[in-house]
Amino acid sequence: MCVICGCDGGHGAPAGGDSGGAIVAPNGDLHFGHGAARVAVPGLDAARTLRLEADILGENRRVARRNRHHFRAHEVTALNLLSSPGSGKTTLLCATLEALRARRPALGCAVIEGDQQTTMDADRIRATGVPAIQVNTGQGCHLDAPMVEQAFGRLHRHDAAPGPSLLFIENVGNLVCPALWDLGEAARIVVLSVTEGEDKPLKYPDMFAAADLLLLNKVDLLPHLRFDVARCIAAARKVNPLVEVLQLSAVSGEGMPAWLDWLETRVDAPLDDGR
Amino acid sequence: MHEASLAGGVLRLVEQAAAREGFARVRRLRLEVGALAGVEPRALRFALEAIAPGTCLAGAALDIDTPPGEAWCMACAATVAIARRGDDCPRCGGRQVQPTGGFELRVLELQVDDDRQAKETTPCA
Repeated sequence: MCVICGCDGGHGAPAGGDSGGAIVAPNGDLHFGHGAARVAVPGLDAARTLRLEADILGENRRVARRNRHHFRAHEVTALNLLSSPGSGKTTLLCATLEALRARRPALGCAVIEGDQQTTMDADRIRATGVPAIQVNTGQGCHLDAPMVEQAFGRLHRHDAAPGPSLLFIENVGNLVCPALWDLGEAARIVVLSVTEGEDKPLKYPDMFAAADLLLLNKVDLLPHLRFDVARCIAAARKVNPLVEVLQLSAVSGEGMPAWLDWLETRVDAPLDDGR
Repeated sequence: MHEASLAGGVLRLVEQAAAREGFARVRRLRLEVGALAGVEPRALRFALEAIAPGTCLAGAALDIDTPPGEAWCMACAATVAIARRGDDCPRCGGRQVQPTGGFELRVLELQVDDDRQAKETTPCA
């Protein structure tokens, strides 16, 4: 029934522009408010406005929160490793996994490797004896929380030895896009090698602003380069005053003990990152 | 091009609203992308226009509000406007500037059409 006049419908087709969205009955009567909203608003005619105010990344955030609870329930400390391509993330990971095995054999480790293509990185990790899952994103430029949820489901063994463990998530090499996607990690680690520009933190501020730790990698090459470490750290602190910074070389082993200490502190800390 | 993923997220939100509200088509879509959100509005617009045909968003006009970046300057003890992360305070030139606003990345509102006759030919049905 028409709520305007109480008739049984049978109104004509919506009229053209000059009737302002009204339905014109055969006898020439005009019926406004024929839409579901049942009300006519000047300028809106049959349309209505829905206020959504919905977060575009809301769905990812929900899954990330679920991942975080899942990790916590299994005493898993998840770390999101981010960098540009070629900063030495995978070499650093391999060296870290081997050093952790020597230092703390009971600590379980696992790796999720994100790349556009190939399983080369996961193969390198598996060669160290640590379980790894490769996530190929295809045309995607970042890992998202549902990808990590699936990978973790395949990687994590519920019959694994109890106790804390580490999950390294090596994100796609990219200093822009991954900054926006929360994966459910306990901490974000940005790896920057000294063969890159020292002003990268200012050029890619979103990534460095979201980091908990900056690893300055390949410092064994410093004697051969014009890279101002102090200037780089100042640039990072400018976009992120609270960021921790460690300098190391996965190849020479320099600075590795402090990095392993940082990892152990994270593993042994109560899992209350509050996010 | 993370804007392509974000455009997919926008479309999903609109489709969820369509399932809930039962509208026929979207006339106008209004988004909010803050200056410090890490998203380029032009790239997002391009990505949305690319995925729109054949979906709920086909033919919809797109408005993108861009709230400015805001930061707290320690020296001024005041909220100041900044264009991007890492900017110094525009008032005192100080470097102790903590971003506090401009991170918005939201679908604000949809202007939708309930026209039943149009519904048969539109994809939100």
